[in-house]
Amino acid sequence: MGVDPLLRVENLVTAFETDTGRIRAVDGVSFEIEPGETVCLVGESGSGKTVTSESITRLIATPPGEITAGTIWFDGRELTELAEAELRALRGDRIAHVFQNPQETLNPVYPVGRQIAETLRIHDSGGSRPINDQVIDLLDRVGIPEPTDRVDDYPHQLSGGMKQRVVIAMALAGQPDLLIADEPTTALDVTIQAQILRLLEELQEELGMAILFVTHDLGVVAEIADRVIVLYAGKVMERAAVHELFEKPAHPYTRALLACLPGRGGETAPIGGEIPPPADPPEGCRFHPRCPHAIGACRDGDQPPLGDVESGGTDHRASCVFYQSGYETDRLETPMGERTEPTGPEGER
Amino acid sequence: MSSPLLSVEDLEKHYPITEGLLSRQTGSVRAVDGISFEVRRGETVGIVGESGCGKSTAVRSLLRLEEPTAGTVRFEGEELGSLDGAALDRFRRRATMVFQDPSSSFDPRMSVGESVAEPLRIHGLSDRAVRRGIVGDLLDRVGLARDDAARYPHEFSGGQKQRIAIARALAVNPDLVVADEPVSALDVSVQAEILALLESLQEEFGLSFLLISHDLGVVRQICDRVLVMYVGEIVERGPTEQLFQRPLHPYTEALLESIPRPDPDRTTDSAPLSGTVPDPANPPSGCRFHPRCPKIIQPDTIELPPAEWRSIVDLRLRLRGDPIDLRGMVGRHEQTSVDAEPLAPEVVGSAVRAEFDLPARLADRPAERALTEAIELLSEGHIEAATERLEETFASICERRTPVSPESGRGAACFLSPDAEGG
Repeated sequence: MGVDPLLRVENLVTAFETDTGRIRAVDGVSFEIEPGETVCLVGESGSGKTVTSESITRLIATPPGEITAGTIWFDGRELTELAEAELRALRGDRIAHVFQNPQETLNPVYPVGRQIAETLRIHDSGGSRPINDQVIDLLDRVGIPEPTDRVDDYPHQLSGGMKQRVVIAMALAGQPDLLIADEPTTALDVTIQAQILRLLEELQEELGMAILFVTHDLGVVAEIADRVIVLYAGKVMERAAVHELFEKPAHPYTRALLACLPGRGGETAPIGGEIPPPADPPEGCRFHPRCPHAIGACRDGDQPPLGDVESGGTDHRASCVFYQSGYETDRLETPMGERTEPTGPEGER
Repeated sequence: MSSPLLSVEDLEKHYPITEGLLSRQTGSVRAVDGISFEVRRGETVGIVGESGCGKSTAVRSLLRLEEPTAGTVRFEGEELGSLDGAALDRFRRRATMVFQDPSSSFDPRMSVGESVAEPLRIHGLSDRAVRRGIVGDLLDRVGLARDDAARYPHEFSGGQKQRIAIARALAVNPDLVVADEPVSALDVSVQAEILALLESLQEEFGLSFLLISHDLGVVRQICDRVLVMYVGEIVERGPTEQLFQRPLHPYTEALLESIPRPDPDRTTDSAPLSGTVPDPANPPSGCRFHPRCPKIIQPDTIELPPAEWRSIVDLRLRLRGDPIDLRGMVGRHEQTSVDAEPLAPEVVGSAVRAEFDLPARLADRPAERALTEAIELLSEGHIEAATERLEETFASICERRTPVSPESGRGAACFLSPDAEGG
C-alpha cells in the first residue's frame, strides 16, 4: 500500500462512566481504510462497533463517553486532537454518517428538498448551479423517482426505504471521502435492504468514496465488504479480506458466529454462554470463557496480539493464542459439534 | 389424517377509514384479506412477508386479540366465533403467545417467578406452593436456574428474558404457541440458542408453533411448512425445503433472492426487487404483486424483450401514480428549452424513452404504435388518454384477473404456477 491510508485508527480506547463502573466499550481497536474501499465492522451487541464508528468524528456523548487513548488519522490530520469546531466542519463534509433509523436524521417538519438544500449550503460544494437543481440531481442519483415532485414531500410521505435514500442523498451533499454507515439497512425489509446495498455499491463506484459499514449481519458483510474487522467485547478478534474471512475464518469466535447463522440448510451450533459483563471483562482473550478451544494461556494477561493466519504477508490476522508462534492451529480443527468442556492447561508450552 | 389443531378459513381483518365529523366510512384497510390455513399437532408453520403484509394482524385476529371482520377459526374442530367468555379463556390456555421484545413483555416490578406464575394464577391455580414448584420446573426447562425466580427482569440479558417469556407461555401447558418475531431482537448467537430451545421443547411436549418472522433464515431453520403473505393474502405455501429450493411465486423468489448470504462469491445477476409494498387501503388490481413483479406476463398480442417489457410496465405505473412531471423529465434528458408550449412530441418521446431505457424504436410493431400514440397524447397534455392507450395494448392478465392458489398443500397464486387458476 505504501501511501498513507485515508483513515488510520490506532489503539483506540473509548470509555464510558456508568453506574456499574467505567466501561471500556472500545478497548484498543486498530484498523485502516484505503480510499474507495468498503470496510465492515461486524459484531454483536456490546462489541463496540457503533462506539468505534462514532468515535471517529467524536459523535459519542461526552460525558459519559470519552476517548481515553489512541489516535485517529484522517488524511494527514489527527482527529482526536481537533477542536469541536474543526470536527464539525469535517462531519458531513469529508466524513458523512448514515444511521440505522432515517426517521431520526430527517426533520419531520421540513420538506426533504429543503433539508438537502440546507446541507448543500453548509458545505457550499455545488459551485454556481442553482441549489434546487443540485437537490434534484442528488435525489435522482440516489434513485428516487420523479425527484422534481419529491422535493416538496415531507418525510412522513416517504416509505422507509425512500427516507433512507434521502438520508444518503444528504450524506452525499458534501461529497465525502468517507461514508460511515451504521446498520443503514437493519430497519428495512430484505427487499428494500437489497436495493439500498446495491445503491451504495453504485454510488461508491461512481464517486470513489470509502465506506465504513457497521453491521451485525454477516450476510450483509458478504454482500458489501472488501475487508472485514470482527469485533467482540471491545476488541478486534480477526481482520481479513472478505473472501478470506468467509473461506478460512480463523478466530474461534468468527467460526462460532458463522456456525450459528440460521437457514443455511445445515444444523446450527449455538455459541453458548453470554457476552462478558462490559464493566468486568475477563482476563486474557475476551472470548475464552465461551471458547471450546481455550487453554490456560487464553485465560491470563492481555488479549493476544493479532497474529498472521498465514505466512506470506496477507492482511489476514487473528487475535488468538493459536496464531502466535509456537502454537499449532490444528487444535482449532476439532469440529464444533463434538467439543467437550474446555480442556485444562495441558498442551501448552 | 387427524383433524388439524388449528384451522383458519377465509380470515379477514379490515380496518375502516373514516372521514369528517360523522366518521363516515370512506374505505377500508384490508390488512388481512381472506386467508386460509391449518396448523397440525406437533407442527411448526411459519408466516413470512415484508412489513405491512398483514402477518401480525393475522395472528392477532385468529387469537381474538382483535375481532376479525370475517372468517372462521377452529381449534380442535370447535369454532372460536361462537365461544363465550369461559370457553374463550379455555382456548387462551391452550394457545399462548411469545412476543418480539422480551424487555417490554414483563412488569419490571414483578419477580421473574411472579411473572411466570401469573398465567397459572389467572387460570385459577391458587396453591402457592404448587405454583412455585411449577415455575421452578419451567425455568429449569428453559435453561435457567430455579433460583432465578426470585430475581427481577432487569437482571437478565435479552436472550435470558426471552427464555423467561417462553417459560411463561408454557406455564398453562398449551398445545399451540404463537411466536411473533421471537428472535429478531436478539443477537445471532443468542437467536441460535432460542431456536434450539424452541425445537427441543416442541419435541418434548408435542407443541405446535405458529411462527411469524420476516427473517427467512429463521423460518427455514425451524418451520415444517411456510406461508408467504403479501398485502393481506397468502401468495404461496408449501413444505419449507420445497418452497426454499423451488419457489413458485415470483414474490417468494424475490424475497429469497434478497436475503444476504454469508458467501462473498455469490453473484446476483438479477436486479433487486423494485418499489415497496403497496398500501393495503388501495391494493393493486389482479395479482397484488404485479406492479413489482419481474415476471409480469405480456399479453399474447405483443412480444417484447424482457427489459423493454419491464420498461413499458414501469412507464404505465408512473402514469398511474402521482401526476407525471413531463417538463422535469424533458429537462433531465434533453438539451432543449422546456418552456415550449406545447412540448414537441419528438422531444417528449426521446425524454420518455431515455427515462425508461426504451430504444428509439420498439421492434414489435403493435407495441411501437401504441407507444408512439401514447407519447403524442402525452405531449398534448392528455395524460389519461395516453394511459388508456397504453392499457389497450399492454394490459397484462396479471392486472386484469386475480390468480387463486390452492388452500392447502403446495401452491402459489400466480398465473405462471401450473396449478393456479384465474378468479
